[in-house]
Amino acid sequence: MSASDGRLKSAQFRREREDTWRQLETLVDRVEAEGLKSLSAVELNRLPALYQGAVSSLSVARAISLDKSLLDYLTALAGRAYLCVYGSKRPVAAAFADFFRRRFPAAVRRQGGFVAVALAFLLLGILTGFHLTRADPERYYSFVGEEMAQGRTPASSTEELRDILYHGDSGSALTLFASFLFTHNARIGLLCFAVGFAAGVPVPYLLFINGLTLGAMAALYHARGLGFEFWAWILPHGVTELLAIVLCAAGGLALGFCLIFPGRHTRLRNLALRGREAALLAAGSVALFFCAALLEGFFRQMVQSLPVRGAVAGLSLAAWTGYFLFAGREGRPWRPGR
Amino acid sequence: MAPGTLIERDRPRLYAVSTPEGLSLPFQVAPAGDRILAFSIDFLIIVAGSIAVSMLASLFLGGMQEVGRSLALLASFFLRNGYFIVCEARSGTTFGKRRLHLRVLSRDGGPLTVEAVIARNLMRDLEIFLPLAALLAPEALYPSAPAWGRFVVILWLLVFALMPLFNAQRLRCGDLVAGTLVAKAPQPVLLSDLADHPQPRPPAEPSAAPAGAAETITFTREQLDIYGIHELQVLEDLLRQADQGILDQRVLDQVGVKIRQKIGWPPERWSEPILPFLQAFYRAQRGRLEQKLLFGQRQEKKAR
Repeated sequence: MSASDGRLKSAQFRREREDTWRQLETLVDRVEAEGLKSLSAVELNRLPALYQGAVSSLSVARAISLDKSLLDYLTALAGRAYLCVYGSKRPVAAAFADFFRRRFPAAVRRQGGFVAVALAFLLLGILTGFHLTRADPERYYSFVGEEMAQGRTPASSTEELRDILYHGDSGSALTLFASFLFTHNARIGLLCFAVGFAAGVPVPYLLFINGLTLGAMAALYHARGLGFEFWAWILPHGVTELLAIVLCAAGGLALGFCLIFPGRHTRLRNLALRGREAALLAAGSVALFFCAALLEGFFRQMVQSLPVRGAVAGLSLAAWTGYFLFAGREGRPWRPGR
Repeated sequence: MAPGTLIERDRPRLYAVSTPEGLSLPFQVAPAGDRILAFSIDFLIIVAGSIAVSMLASLFLGGMQEVGRSLALLASFFLRNGYFIVCEARSGTTFGKRRLHLRVLSRDGGPLTVEAVIARNLMRDLEIFLPLAALLAPEALYPSAPAWGRFVVILWLLVFALMPLFNAQRLRCGDLVAGTLVAKAPQPVLLSDLADHPQPRPPAEPSAAPAGAAETITFTREQLDIYGIHELQVLEDLLRQADQGILDQRVLDQVGVKIRQKIGWPPERWSEPILPFLQAFYRAQRGRLEQKLLFGQRQEKKAR
């Protein structure tokens, strides 16, 4: 059959290119099954070129061919190759290191305004709780829930209150660490970020409520003349933990803010642009919660000297400040959004 | 790419990603059912993993109950929050998603970044675990709320949980925040070009016409100017089904009669077999339409 004469241009086009499509398909099959690592250096070099070839074939086919099966095939092939070339393929360990060295502190700096606002809400809560409880100790009961108080109420004797500062909770430190201090706090923190999606409304409320509790407790200890000892008890880990909460909340606020004030983008697009960065704050704060729980679970149980406790609080404050202000400044600038 | 084929059983929702090369690539949006199934598989893996860790811990650390329990708690925390992030950051998919051929991709067409993966997975608490807690154990969440208050909260949380059902791209809150999309991974099958080699016949259907017969069928330009691209591709679908032997002969006959009527096929040639006629018509029609395409005329539908 002498088809060469009457053969369609589109069929001829396919004849000429089909070979390279098949090559790309084999490579893509292997990447999908075994990952990019299964390709040799030569093949790895060829993948982008073959992908570009498939992309241009698809453009041409769209213009000249009406063979639906061919168009579908090329669309799917280009799609698969696209996922291989542009899909996330970073080694997790490298991404992890890069995250803490560069991206996390940089993101915190860029969201500095929200961090400040979140901090302000927390401090406002603490001050309010402190002053209201100083004015009327009965208010302590409405600010501090029963499980939070753990027997520390205005009715307790000064001796009992002091005891808690030095002997702390019974039970193994590790259990305490794992069950409550870390997992619980980190979950609350992450949730504090996630509820930012509700236009950010619940975030200041959560910050303020937590501040009230802390302020009320501080007021209780101050009233008994144990003010300094209370802060020395809470701040060694509190600096880190409160900072972690503030960062989560700042992420949540940023999320809510870009929903309410989308600027020149649509809400959907703005959210997609800014949401990723806001999430960095929350993700990084998990590490802070971890540090805080270590300090709280182990250090606080073992070290009872006031100056050491105070020094640790001051040191951790200085360390975090330095980290967030200066870490990851060198190197190429990372621009948010494309 | 209008999914306007003859058979419209399940018209896929498409989302066109513009790649950095400037090409718009349509991806099929993953249906809600697949997403739920994939999540269920992943969820089972997480639960099984947590249970396995706690069992191992109690096996090897029998003497130290406390330590074992703590390790199990930590492991389940990291599994629950890290599983999705690590899997998706590595390959853009998880075990459950891979099973259902789902992939996460960035809606703006760029590479899927680690930030995006983190962002889309941090929202899971809000979307799944909080609404579940609100439904199953409302006392724990808001102890002193009145009944109407609980109702409002549940309603509000359900809006988050059911977000994918409210938009065409099946975006959940996490996808909204991260700018991602979950799509069906394309599965290409390249079928033979019907116009290029009309030979392969299924064994079920013995070759009714001699191989050369197709060559003798010719059409005039007027006859080929009637139908458009849509009809051509419907015909392509039919011929492929006939090739695979899954098409009822009567459908083929009906289509053939319809076309012959429409183009005014000479009555003396109506007795010729239908399949070779349709194949020849397909080839001639495609040639004509592609020729027009080259001159910038894209005839989508039939002229009359």
